[in-house]
Amino acid sequence: MRPSIGIAALQLLELSGCEVKVPAEQTCCGQPGWNSGESNSASALARKLIDEFENCEYLVVPSGSCAGMIRVHYAALFAEQPFWRARAEALAARTYELTDFLVNVARLKSVPGRFDGVVAYHDSCAGLRELGVKRQPRALLELVPGLRMSEMPDCEVCCGFGGTFSLKYGDISAAMAETKCHNIRAAHADAVVLGDLGCMLNIEGRLRKEGDARTQVLHIAEVLTGTRNG
Amino acid sequence: MQTQSMFFKKRAGSALADRTLRGSLQKLPFAERRAGVVDEFGREEFEALRAAGAEVRDRVLENLDAWIERFEAQANRRGATVLFARDGREAAALVLEICKRHGLRKAIKSKSMLSEEADLNRALAAAGVEPVETDLGEYICQLADEPPSHIIAPALHKTREQIGRLFAERHQKPVLDEPELMTREAREVLRGHFLSADLGISGGNFLVAETGSLALVTNEGNGRMVTTLPRVHIAITGIEKVVPTLEDLSTLMRLLPRSATGQAISNYFTVVTGTGTPIDGAPARQDEGPEHMYFILVENGRTRLVGNELQSMLRCIRCVACMNHCPVYQTIGGHAYGWVYPGPMGAVLTPVFQGLENALDLPQASTMCGACSVVCPVKIPLPDLLRKLRERQVERHLRPLGETLGLRVWSWLACRPASYAFATRLGVLALRLLGDRRGMIHRLPFASAWTDGRFMPAPRASRTFRDWYARRGQNLAPRADSNTGLPPETPLNPSR
Repeated sequence: MRPSIGIAALQLLELSGCEVKVPAEQTCCGQPGWNSGESNSASALARKLIDEFENCEYLVVPSGSCAGMIRVHYAALFAEQPFWRARAEALAARTYELTDFLVNVARLKSVPGRFDGVVAYHDSCAGLRELGVKRQPRALLELVPGLRMSEMPDCEVCCGFGGTFSLKYGDISAAMAETKCHNIRAAHADAVVLGDLGCMLNIEGRLRKEGDARTQVLHIAEVLTGTRNG
Repeated sequence: MQTQSMFFKKRAGSALADRTLRGSLQKLPFAERRAGVVDEFGREEFEALRAAGAEVRDRVLENLDAWIERFEAQANRRGATVLFARDGREAAALVLEICKRHGLRKAIKSKSMLSEEADLNRALAAAGVEPVETDLGEYICQLADEPPSHIIAPALHKTREQIGRLFAERHQKPVLDEPELMTREAREVLRGHFLSADLGISGGNFLVAETGSLALVTNEGNGRMVTTLPRVHIAITGIEKVVPTLEDLSTLMRLLPRSATGQAISNYFTVVTGTGTPIDGAPARQDEGPEHMYFILVENGRTRLVGNELQSMLRCIRCVACMNHCPVYQTIGGHAYGWVYPGPMGAVLTPVFQGLENALDLPQASTMCGACSVVCPVKIPLPDLLRKLRERQVERHLRPLGETLGLRVWSWLACRPASYAFATRLGVLALRLLGDRRGMIHRLPFASAWTDGRFMPAPRASRTFRDWYARRGQNLAPRADSNTGLPPETPLNPSR
């Protein structure tokens, strides 16, 4: 949907001195199946992902909910399969959400991006509540020259995306997005910045439908690298 | 109460259309107040307290039958009678039997969710016993003949104007618009009922096994009137409400009001032990409480939670912090959930109590945002429990075919990287064709549920990250493309 996110994440990791591998065979972490009660399809994908990534020193994911799936839920998914559970737990311990990794492991001290304007940060649910991602993105945004933060009301409240929820209960989901957009406007920000693609699609889709063509919706990696601040 | 949970979507839809209701839901003050008192208590200390609360509840649930027996023995010793009901109907029948035995005609009630489960007011009225709700919110719901929509703010769904008109009509008085005046009028009406009732019916926040006591938390003081004024008192609770000791009760009482209304302590906290009738030759204390006290402990599906993956749900102390923090609840309100318990806790309890097939939407209608589980005072992992219920739905083939097929096709593709990459590329191209000049899709053919309420941003570039990365590996990375938003080849200077 938005290749610039992957490119920006890659650039940030390389800037912090990492050798980055992107396995060509990787696809999905299995979260849609897991959250829909289809644990068989989820575990097939989880096994595939573990195979692909367990030889890496770290697994870094530019999405809170995918990182949360691997770090928190894989162990539960393999609760009754000790062999896979052990491998899942070993990988989980080395899995990080992008901003968490940049701040707490790579200790990134400067970023190439520049943003002249006011930014509000939306705390995506899984990153915040499953992984404790709160301070990290804000610390990174502080490194961006020209950028000023303006916290929106209820920045920790769900935007209404919720994966398949957004399709199963489209009207409730859109009403929740409406509340979120109301709060975004209250922050008088030029951009709302976040760390999950799903929430981005939901928030941007609602903002544009409401006629707001101005407020940008950006992934934090894009802001940190300055790849999409036009 | 007859479950309406199968009509969730329709009821949620009408709630969404009700701007007034959505306004009232947004104004719920409980979450903010809770944050305040938790800060005051100390966040870390409160975390420790939550762990202690969960431990107390788990200790009970490990030996629930033994703790219930202990409670029964202690309550009996202090002159109360403990009865058991398998379901709501049996509970209502027991209440009617007690009314008949003592010739009771009017019941004043403080809040009892079990009474809602048992549809007790209807049963009482049919048997000629007048039920009067005395919690202000419940009283309003009773006058309006509507079920409560929130557990601690039952009449949340009604506006001040609606309540003013309702009171004027039912009390045969002029229309009032000041909440204080309405409250005073309700007090005046209720005072008469308090004094003339011969039966008091309460719920129970906790039952203390070591003393056989009932613990009640209220803010209006009506609980005290109900448990002390009439000559007979019946407390109706779920069987899981037992806690071992008064010490454990105090742990949970530190958690309950803070989590529920954001109060360090509720206005009234009442512990009722036994009757005013003499025990073991002690002098009579007729001025201290009712002549007869009954406990009706109701099962109504609770044992279905014991000893399996959902057991932690029985820790629930009905503080409703989960619904106060649930963004879905705050958007659609309580009635959409269709049974006694709304919000995240109801989304677990209703399918278990009323049948998985009768409440298919409830476990699904959550974004899994986790706001409920981080505030739960007894650490119930609500999203995990919802997920387990979703698994049960899949196991019992209760999901729509389209959804199951969609997910299976997705996972089939995702297990085959080449097909997946191909499908992604196709998808990107198709979506880009659908976008307007700003890259917004106004209508998605198979996902109108999405586009009815918002646009779908089309992919920003026709090339996927995967393609970009493959080319970069071959040193063929594309140039900056102002149309697609792809960045220029980034300076790759890894300082390894």
